[in-house]
Amino acid sequence: MTRDIAVVAFAQTDHRRTSDELSEVEMLMPVLHEVLERTGLRTADIGFTCSGSCDYLAGRAFSFTLALDGVGAWPPISESHVEMDGAWALYEAWTKLLTGDADTALVYSYGKSSPGRVRDVLTRQLDPYYLAPLWPDSVSLAALQAQALIDAGEADEPALAAVAARSRADADANPHAQLRGARPQGDYVVRPLRTGDCPPVGDGAAAVILAAGDRARALCERPAWIRGIDHRIEPHGLGVRDLTDAPSARLAAEHAGAYERPVDTAELHAPFSSQEIVLRKALRLGDDVRVNPSGGALAAHPLMAAGLLRIGEAAARIHRGESDRALAHATSGPCLQQNLVAVLEGDPR
Amino acid sequence: MPEVLKAPLVVEFPFTRSLGPVQSAFLTGLRERVVLGVRTGDGRVLVPPMEYDPVTAEDLRDLVEVAPTGTVTTWAWNPAPRRGQPLATPFAWALVRLDGADTALLHALDAPGPDAVRTGMRVRVRWAAERTGAITDIACFEPYAGPDLDGREGPAAVTSEPRPHDGQFADPVTGIVAEARLDYVYSPGRAQSAHIHALADRRTVGERCPECHKVYVPPRGACPTCGVATTEQVEVGPRGTVTTYCIVNIKAKNLDIEVPYVYAHIALDGAGLALHGRIGGIPYDQVRMGLRVEPVWTDDARFPDHYRPTGEPDADYDTFKELL
Ligand SMILES: [Zn+2]
Repeated sequence: MTRDIAVVAFAQTDHRRTSDELSEVEMLMPVLHEVLERTGLRTADIGFTCSGSCDYLAGRAFSFTLALDGVGAWPPISESHVEMDGAWALYEAWTKLLTGDADTALVYSYGKSSPGRVRDVLTRQLDPYYLAPLWPDSVSLAALQAQALIDAGEADEPALAAVAARSRADADANPHAQLRGARPQGDYVVRPLRTGDCPPVGDGAAAVILAAGDRARALCERPAWIRGIDHRIEPHGLGVRDLTDAPSARLAAEHAGAYERPVDTAELHAPFSSQEIVLRKALRLGDDVRVNPSGGALAAHPLMAAGLLRIGEAAARIHRGESDRALAHATSGPCLQQNLVAVLEGDPR
Repeated sequence: MPEVLKAPLVVEFPFTRSLGPVQSAFLTGLRERVVLGVRTGDGRVLVPPMEYDPVTAEDLRDLVEVAPTGTVTTWAWNPAPRRGQPLATPFAWALVRLDGADTALLHALDAPGPDAVRTGMRVRVRWAAERTGAITDIACFEPYAGPDLDGREGPAAVTSEPRPHDGQFADPVTGIVAEARLDYVYSPGRAQSAHIHALADRRTVGERCPECHKVYVPPRGACPTCGVATTEQVEVGPRGTVTTYCIVNIKAKNLDIEVPYVYAHIALDGAGLALHGRIGGIPYDQVRMGLRVEPVWTDDARFPDHYRPTGEPDADYDTFKELL
């Protein structure tokens, strides 16, 4: 079966270090209203709603059910949730639209990391037998990958710093970003990664609306058509993997059709500077591809929303006519463990 | 806006996990200071061993013993160890390929500083003094310059062959308890903060939906029917009506209330939905739907201890049937 499905609207919060004064639903609601407003749709017009979030971030059990209040989910709507980044919620919504069960979908995700210690929280997603008892934090695992990259001669500290500097310079034009503009690389957090190589910790939310066929054309002047989308995963043992490569990202890109024609833009979910270098190679992105014009995850990294943000930012560039064919990538887990790739296109101008 | 409320929140969750045959042999082996790997169909030796081949997904059962010495394949210097990590002083995280293995195991490497660590360096297991059958039975790795298994000195390439092992030990470990504790600073957000501030004055404040006008108590910030923010604060109660109830016959742990007692849904006057609370001051078998109640506060309480009858006539069913 084929059905053309597009991202027709995108909205995001300003991403901030803390949002103490807001509950999760209070943080999320303005974004839901904004994305609906862009299409003129109301909740009742939406065929399917899918969200991504993780209760462990804020330590608030069943927070996703409370967040549903902001959607207007009563009387019950057709709805689903993934305990993952919203990019995977978008994948589920895309399959739902493919079946023809719905013509429109609302996808949102949010993360409130400020109440907890996110480096510790993320250890709980690791193999509980061999890894989690050691509490290896997310920066440490990324640093092991960065060192492997340096040992392989594929990066050095100046190269990492250049990725960080370019990201924050680009973020200067992104009013939602948390870290905007140049800043020093700082000290080692876990060597070889310095403060500048790591994503900011913060709170934020994102939402997109998907629509199929003529519905998409009616809702959006230039829909960002999803030409392909796929996600793949690495073996869970870190010591089994070649950390300098991301074969699962490459496979997802192949299945999404990314290599059929060149893309002009790529929004990569690379939380650490070193991971952008791994992804550029795995996804075969040349120097002519505009990578992370939004500033990427080094400028704003609300967990569970950061991957959906990549799809949203890529789609928004197509909506604005700044891109014709864009690759959007989302990741989850340590050292680019799981990877999703979507290829988006605008109609010829 | 009232001040933002914050409170520490600790979440602890000790998962009890059972082990498969390969994991059981590996962790029991660590207790006995033996490092086991598992051989895959194509002859590679995985350490730490897996139950299933990461490429082909086939069952793996062919155990082998590898050396407690190995080579660092990548590392990262951790200048500020965090709670729960293997060492309390600065250390290197390292992936270590043990001699005889084809894959690497993650652990801490105790070294004086980052200048003493490099990829390719030789290390050996430092065993924990007390071992229980867990990955932490390896206290950490330490630099190793001694002879390898083949009797050669120093960092020469090692060709030691893994030896077959039947995986059998006395008193095998069949499960682990994975302790976890996460610390948070909880803040309840705008609507709930306002509710909690009002409770400090023994007032119950809800919020009205601007579209459907329903009053939510306690407020959560949004109307789930309309999907909009509730903004107008409305004081409700203090009296209310029992809409439905149950009789609790089992004493809860750490709760000093005699059973049986009644736990009820109570629609406070002016509220658009019921909250719940305990009913006291009346025999449990005389509580009924429609009973009119009021809150009873104890000294320094942050919320009503329970609700008791007001003595008013019962409310008519039609007045609360929408709130059931
Ligand atoms: Zn309402």
